[in-house]
Amino acid sequence: MQNVKFSEEKLKEVGRIISFYPEGKQKSALLPVLHLAQQEFGGWLDVPVMDYVASLLNIAPIEVYEVATFYSMYNLKPVGKYMFEVCQTGPCMLNGSDDIIRYIGDKLGIKPGQTTSDGMFTLKTVECLGACGYAPMMQMGKHYREHLTREKVDAIIEECRRNAASHN
Amino acid sequence: MGRKLLLDKAHVENIRLYDVYRQHGGYRSVEKAIKTMSPDQVTEEVKKSGLRGRGGAGFPTGMKWSFLAKPEGVPRYLVVNADESEPGTFKDRYLMEFIPHLLIEGMITSSYALGSNRSYIYIRGEYAWIVDILEQAIAEAKNNGWLGKNILGSGFDCEIYVQRGAGAYICGEETALLESLEGKRGNPRIKPPFPAVKGLWDCPTVVNNVETIAAVVPIVNEGGDEYAKIGIGKSTGTKLISACGNIKKPGVYEIDMTISVEEFIYGDEYCGGIASGKRLKACIPGGSSVPILPANLLLKTAKGETRMMTYESLADGGFATGSMMGSGGFIVLDETQCVVRNTYTLARFYRHESCGQCSPCREGTGWMEKILLNIENGKGKMSDIDLLWDIQRKIEGNTICPLGDAAAWPVAAAIRHFRDEFEWHVQNPDECVRRNYGLMHYADPLKTATPA
Repeated sequence: MQNVKFSEEKLKEVGRIISFYPEGKQKSALLPVLHLAQQEFGGWLDVPVMDYVASLLNIAPIEVYEVATFYSMYNLKPVGKYMFEVCQTGPCMLNGSDDIIRYIGDKLGIKPGQTTSDGMFTLKTVECLGACGYAPMMQMGKHYREHLTREKVDAIIEECRRNAASHN
Repeated sequence: MGRKLLLDKAHVENIRLYDVYRQHGGYRSVEKAIKTMSPDQVTEEVKKSGLRGRGGAGFPTGMKWSFLAKPEGVPRYLVVNADESEPGTFKDRYLMEFIPHLLIEGMITSSYALGSNRSYIYIRGEYAWIVDILEQAIAEAKNNGWLGKNILGSGFDCEIYVQRGAGAYICGEETALLESLEGKRGNPRIKPPFPAVKGLWDCPTVVNNVETIAAVVPIVNEGGDEYAKIGIGKSTGTKLISACGNIKKPGVYEIDMTISVEEFIYGDEYCGGIASGKRLKACIPGGSSVPILPANLLLKTAKGETRMMTYESLADGGFATGSMMGSGGFIVLDETQCVVRNTYTLARFYRHESCGQCSPCREGTGWMEKILLNIENGKGKMSDIDLLWDIQRKIEGNTICPLGDAAAWPVAAAIRHFRDEFEWHVQNPDECVRRNYGLMHYADPLKTATPA
């Protein structure tokens, strides 16, 4: 990976986050800054990215690694342009999430944890996202897609393909 | 129609915006507290209200506040726990999404009572869009003089910051949350010392759930005594219940704690009955970690009394025949659902979320998951059921934090009340992968109490 460095604007954002905490407690900014880094540097946290974050917060790289490996939202491997994080816990299961996960997998030709060969989609199963009343559901980027049906999944995949095409 | 204190204005158009919220009486509690009350008087009102922590444990909030150490020259912190992650629970999300200023107002009033000049909201990382909503509300509050230096000329300074987690149920445990807020792995701390003495950055800290802090607003506005008049016994005030599973109208309901479980499930004002006209099989009334109850024990207690939506009534009978209010995550299973599969998904959840510090939890949760999957797939043995029972017994009470108990209880209750369904899976290995056990006798009137 080349040139791991935030833009001026993002550095300002890092500064704003650090200002949330008392003097000398800048390590507290680690989780939010890792979110920012993941968003900026290709959707996952490569070692040089984690090292860069360590340098920004003036902490040891190991302090970043141990956090990045603990929390499920940090990706330690490359992921697709669109990641479908489908909830599979109790309340979603009661409303048919098993079928939705199978359907997405069959449609994209991948299993949970895999990415399509064109790098477009990653399917991931996740545990309860706090949308139990609107099940089945998945997270896609910043937002939730709820009350999923096979038809809705078709439409979402279509939407992603359209968006990707228009950005190229 | 029950009384609503938190969500009564949630449907007012644009209530998310400061001006609308203020026009509807918003920020009165801050004015009242700062201009007419001392911090201790605010705490006193919260004590009088009988408010119990809405995150799950139900500990009296006023008492928790009174434990806060106040050494000279050491900052104190209020941290709001918005790491809502207990399966079945999505009430705090609703509150923050639709009426964010209620939380901010509650935080300012509570921060004044506790003497916190920097207060934090720790929100689960997946609720990413809600961070924007909260930060906008905070900015509006600040622009209108409710945050910052010398609020209302009182000399009291307060700032509120939002920090996103990154996907870890365990960070809902208050000491794990504090570790996470310090930029570390979410490993729960050994207690004592409790956060009230040594919390965030080793300073005295109060950690409260979103709904708890929101409830401080009506408590201060109307007085603790008035608040305590709502509800039954030690279940005072209103409670947000997030209802889900196989019901007609899933969603977040604010109830005053005077209605029966039956009314909540079947009443048109609430869940509206079981979806597709099916029959009720079972319910997990307080989030995934509380004991599942079969229909017969859910609607009536073992003594034959009507079970109410209160802390006491839901717990009536202990774990032998009762359950818990917990976080208010109300999960309903209809007659077609499989208790083994449901329990398996919960065991998988707890295995995924165990922080790994304590061996009983780290090893036990994965072991239970494997056995449950085997039984579910028709590959179980009769002895597996006793083995599961044995494992959960050895996890419960043997871990630093309550995640171990939370993982053990659903398995224990499923076996306690639905043992024949487990046995049926073992005895019918081919059939159990094709169809579910069904309702059987669970909705029959209760004859004898089930032993613990």
